[in-house]
Amino acid sequence: MRPFQYTRAPSLAEASNMTAGKDTLAIAGGTNLLDLMKLQVETPDQLADINRLGFAEIEDTDNGGLRLGALATNTETAVHPRVRSDYPVLSRAILAGATQQLRNKATNGGNLCQRTRCFYFTNIDQPCNKREPGSGCGAIDGIAKLHAILGTSDQCIATYPGDMAVALSALGATVHISGDKGERSVPVRDFHCLPGDTPWIENVLEPGEIITGIVLPAPVGGTQIYRKVRERSSYAFALVSVAAIIELTDGKFSRADLAFGGLAHKPWHDPRVGECLLGQPPSDALFDKAADILLENARGFGENDFKIPLTRRTLHAVLSQATEDAA
Amino acid sequence: MADTITVNETAYPTPDDPRVSLLDFLRQHIGLTGTKKGCDHGQCGACTVIVNGVRINSCLTLAAMHDGDSVTTIEGLGTPDEPSALQRAFLEHDGFQCGYCTPGQICSATAMLEEIAADWPSDASENLEGRIAISGEEIRERMSGNLCRCGAYANIVAAIEEVAAGGRS
Ligand SMILES: Cc1cc2nc3c(=O)[nH]c(=O)nc-3n(C[C@H](O)[C@H](O)[C@H](O)COP(=O)(O)OP(=O)(O)OC[C@H]3O[C@@H](n4cnc5c(N)ncnc54)[C@H](O)[C@@H]3O)c2cc1C
Ligand code: SF4
Ligand code: FES
Ligand code: FES
Repeated sequence: MRPFQYTRAPSLAEASNMTAGKDTLAIAGGTNLLDLMKLQVETPDQLADINRLGFAEIEDTDNGGLRLGALATNTETAVHPRVRSDYPVLSRAILAGATQQLRNKATNGGNLCQRTRCFYFTNIDQPCNKREPGSGCGAIDGIAKLHAILGTSDQCIATYPGDMAVALSALGATVHISGDKGERSVPVRDFHCLPGDTPWIENVLEPGEIITGIVLPAPVGGTQIYRKVRERSSYAFALVSVAAIIELTDGKFSRADLAFGGLAHKPWHDPRVGECLLGQPPSDALFDKAADILLENARGFGENDFKIPLTRRTLHAVLSQATEDAA
Repeated sequence: MADTITVNETAYPTPDDPRVSLLDFLRQHIGLTGTKKGCDHGQCGACTVIVNGVRINSCLTLAAMHDGDSVTTIEGLGTPDEPSALQRAFLEHDGFQCGYCTPGQICSATAMLEEIAADWPSDASENLEGRIAISGEEIRERMSGNLCRCGAYANIVAAIEEVAAGGRS
């Protein structure tokens, strides 16, 4: 690790001031940042430790929703009684990620901001437009098994690797952010960015902005499923994942909130996929149509071509399971 | 007052160099070499210790961040003369070959049994709510953050199952 200065941020305002400059990064659980600092992918001059700033609570909101503190750990969130009963897709997504040791340290804010697992990004001897703008993208013609099939650019085909945010996207949660210009909130669905010509920009946080919490809307019930397909049955990142909140009324879909992991630079939410199901009775043909819409613009890069049929089958499996559970 | 970390009930000043991981602090600064370094990247679990009652990877956290925290390492769980229930069960079931992953396995399992007692669900749990039934499947999922290069997994699970079933205390 390169030498750096460590400062315990005395207040949220001070944490914003410190991180407004490029050379200071906030540290929460540290499970992603320290890993990348050891690899010299991240080389901050200073770390602002935000762990003692409070916002670690999980609290009911006035309208029946739930506010998850950015500094609450992934474990505290997944095992919270209300998350388990009212937002099971979120518990399931978190529990499907990493290991208990990591989830015990990982925070909700850090989880949203975790960086891609692209091998070229994490190896400083390789070209990578995300890490070193203009150096090229090693993955496009290289090892791209984990990489994106939707929303890619000719600059970067990396995926956002996390699980929690996929469930948050299906649930329509909101990210609460504090910075020198005050507070703002952004839907999780709009929080992460596509790579475009600026693959180093991964989310909408401006310099100096700190995530303080994530707000879940009032619970909607329904059958909630998080299906993660990975290369071993535990402790691996998603190749493809689906978060689904499904309801049937009189044998027809009356709710179909779907988000996908492992497919893009952000949790993928295409409202047309759920909409095409609404008012229809479940059938293989309908599930195929939903997959056609989802994958309309999908493009593989050789090694990850398998993700296109895998996504189709996973969506099919999730919708079949949800329909059986709901019936 | 200087920042301190309490390790196995003894207080130590935190290191001056902020780069020191909790793992390097334990091994190189205060001489507790029971905790092992496998990957140094959060991937193997050899460095697992219990901080404020919760198991974490000590390689992915800075010692300087732990002012006021209380750490338990393998040395704090038992001694050769008075091993903990899990330490004894690992011996009886041959829950290791080279032994390198073992301190991490035992710290991890010690905290895991508390998590099950608190009814924290896992990815392997059929229901998110209610009592957790201990099974081989639950133990394997919950221990998946502790790799064993010697592949002693079957005996590790057997050792944990015995203690989980209250076979010994
Ligand atoms: C071996 C391994 C396997 C893993 N497997 C999975 C998996 O299967 N699924 C999965 O989803 N994840 C997985 N992870 C990733 C893990 O979930 C993340 O490392 C963790 O969630 C990051 O949280 P943190 O609090 O430790 O973040 P940190 O490392 O502290 O921070 C990460 C980034 O977020 C920024 N940040 C942190 N908090 C805030 C805030 N409040 N406001 C603004 N910026 C902030 C930091 O500046 C930094 O850039 C794995 C990690 C490892 C090491
Ligand atoms: S896919 Fe993105 S992160 Fe990976 S090498 Fe290309 S530019 Fe870098
Ligand atoms: S040394 Fe910490 S997980 Fe491998
Ligand atoms: S006993 Fe050798 S690594 Fe587990």
